[in-house]
Amino acid sequence: MEASISIKNLSLSFGALDVLKDLNLEIGQGEFLVLLGSSGCGKSTLLNCIAGLLDITGGQIFIGGRNVTWEEPSKRGIGMVFQSYALYPQMTVGGNLSFGLKNAGLPKAEIKERVDRAAKVLQIEPLLARKPAALSGGQRQRAAIGRALVRDADVFLFDEPLSNLDAKLRADLRVEIKQLHQKLSNTMIYVTHDQIEAMTLADRIAIMRGGQILQLATPHEIYNRPANKYVADFIGSPTMNFFDGKIEGGDGAQFLTEGHSFPLHGYNFQSGSAVSGPAWLGIRPEHMVSGAEAETAPIRLHGEVELVEPLGSDTLARLTSGGHTLWVRLDGQAEVANGDQITVGFDAARANVFDKNSENRL
Amino acid sequence: MTKAPQLIKHSMKYGEAQSSTGAAEREPGSPYGRKPRKILSRRNIFIYGTLIMVSLYYLLPLYVMVVTSLKGMPEIRIGNIFAPPVEVTFQPWVKAWAEACTGLNCDGLSRGFFNSVKILIPSVILSIAIASVNGYALANWRFKGSETFFAILIVGAFIPYQVMIYPIVILLREIGLYGSLSGLVLVHTIFGMPILTLLFRNYFGSVPQELFKAARVDGAGFWSIYFRIMVPMSLPIFVVAMILQVTGIWNDFLFGVIYTKPDLYPMTVQLNNIVNSTQGVKEYNVNMAATILTGLVPLTIYFLSGKLFVRGIAAGAVKG
Ligand SMILES: Nc1ncnc2c1ncn2[C@@H]1O[C@H](COP(=O)(O)OP(=O)(O)O)[C@@H](O)[C@H]1O
Ligand SMILES: [Mg+2]
Repeated sequence: MEASISIKNLSLSFGALDVLKDLNLEIGQGEFLVLLGSSGCGKSTLLNCIAGLLDITGGQIFIGGRNVTWEEPSKRGIGMVFQSYALYPQMTVGGNLSFGLKNAGLPKAEIKERVDRAAKVLQIEPLLARKPAALSGGQRQRAAIGRALVRDADVFLFDEPLSNLDAKLRADLRVEIKQLHQKLSNTMIYVTHDQIEAMTLADRIAIMRGGQILQLATPHEIYNRPANKYVADFIGSPTMNFFDGKIEGGDGAQFLTEGHSFPLHGYNFQSGSAVSGPAWLGIRPEHMVSGAEAETAPIRLHGEVELVEPLGSDTLARLTSGGHTLWVRLDGQAEVANGDQITVGFDAARANVFDKNSENRL
Repeated sequence: MTKAPQLIKHSMKYGEAQSSTGAAEREPGSPYGRKPRKILSRRNIFIYGTLIMVSLYYLLPLYVMVVTSLKGMPEIRIGNIFAPPVEVTFQPWVKAWAEACTGLNCDGLSRGFFNSVKILIPSVILSIAIASVNGYALANWRFKGSETFFAILIVGAFIPYQVMIYPIVILLREIGLYGSLSGLVLVHTIFGMPILTLLFRNYFGSVPQELFKAARVDGAGFWSIYFRIMVPMSLPIFVVAMILQVTGIWNDFLFGVIYTKPDLYPMTVQLNNIVNSTQGVKEYNVNMAATILTGLVPLTIYFLSGKLFVRGIAAGAVKG
């Protein structure tokens, strides 16, 4: 894949506060990259650096093979969509869309053509004459996307564009953004703290923490083979169950934890073979089985149900087993009640093992 | 089940609901629906009482002034200042405007009025234009030392005027503007700077940063963002600044008397000279008319822009 954006050794500090530290990132042409992380980890800062809205402290930024490190935002070939929509309140939607084009000195006919085209794609044609105050949240965000669209930019930057919308609209617009990407095939960088948005939209997800990228991989890889305990814990709802213990190595390695010993047969170690030492073992609630399946699972646990959350499609149950508390995702039709004794099981192949000290995947 | 019809009933008028609701559900007199409010509660009496007293306190002097200005001198000598005029005359107003004598000439307040207008308009426009750009730059285009610059400006707001009077006299003399209207305009513009810059900086600082970023991505520069984005969405704060400046400059006496010559005196100074002129009898009716005439400009501004003023103050108060 040809690189559309490459970021080399980027660092940024606000005074004494180092927000981004020596960050490297390559984004392919037409790729949909999601920056995912909890609030304050530097996602917006990274996006603003790419857009040229913040003066970086060190490093280089290339867009479309061009070094834009010192370029003005408007000269970088980007379009940007903000969380608060940031529509110019005293201009109509049409005025908002054409503002950038007028600044660029485009001829009137071309401006009109581009605005009409963008309005058509986003189905906001009837709204062009309205002021932003007269629009609903969803319409405002469409108009804001339109403003990025008319620029015919190679790269779209989205900073939490859906966080101000209610759940239903968020789901609708998420689908629209995905379709837009399939239609336009521009490079898109999308910042969010919502893992569902990340998983559904991304070609690749970059999980950020403390100004660094912890893992950059496809949603599938991030979910199934998280690179470290933080990523494992961050992705998935309810979160992964963790057992604190140690690995006793060699062939037929075992994971020993309070009251249990799990055979690690079938687990794919990064280094090819088991490494002894203190470790965490993580298993997702949805990778645990119950009922008849549990009886044949390689690893079994018995526990008492202490909380049940029926979600309709499936049911979450919290168990206590020995000294451990675990969440299990059961079938939506499963009949469980507080106090039930049930058996659950899992396969070591679905588990994740992390080094106790470095918290990296083993 | 039984819930639905009950809900419909609640949305009906009070009396209707009462008659059609079963006795078992609601005993008469039990709280239901909107809470009734007593009009003559102790709280209301206190609030309205206070408000009426305060407005009387402010309105009574105005009443006395208007009434006195419409009386002839013989009627005034009777001595009841609260009595309405028996014989209404506008002669005192005409005299105050066009004929009253100051120490030097006898063409009334009109000369001072036009001087004040000539001082007011450029001072207001200039000070607001400069301060708004200052505030915008300080809020949105942080540059090296911008915080220091702002701090110095704020300190300026707290230096007593008296300290600066004489140095400014020298300054104006050196640049050849002492005693001219332009000199006074310059002084007003400079003295309005700290407080106005603070006002605009806080207002522009409360405009969402993302709006500013969006404009930069759209290729707008310093002036383009200022004129096309910031100014159009800041009308209320411009009105607040205008009111502050119009009243401040119109009511100014000190600078007017110090930095101009007698034939360029602003209206306030002229008023003082009329009221305090020592020749002849004290014409209270003329003095009152002159005073009201002088206060008319700020008063008009308040009436015309009161609503925007309150909105601008509120906008500034909520954020920043
Ligand atoms: N203008 C600024 N001045 C100082 N610190 C800032 C500024 N903007 C952001 N920060 C800090 O940088 C860190 C990252 O912020 P940000 O990139 O906005 O996080 P997020 O991932 O939530 O978008 C935060 O700790 C924030 O407090
Ligand atoms: Mg953010």
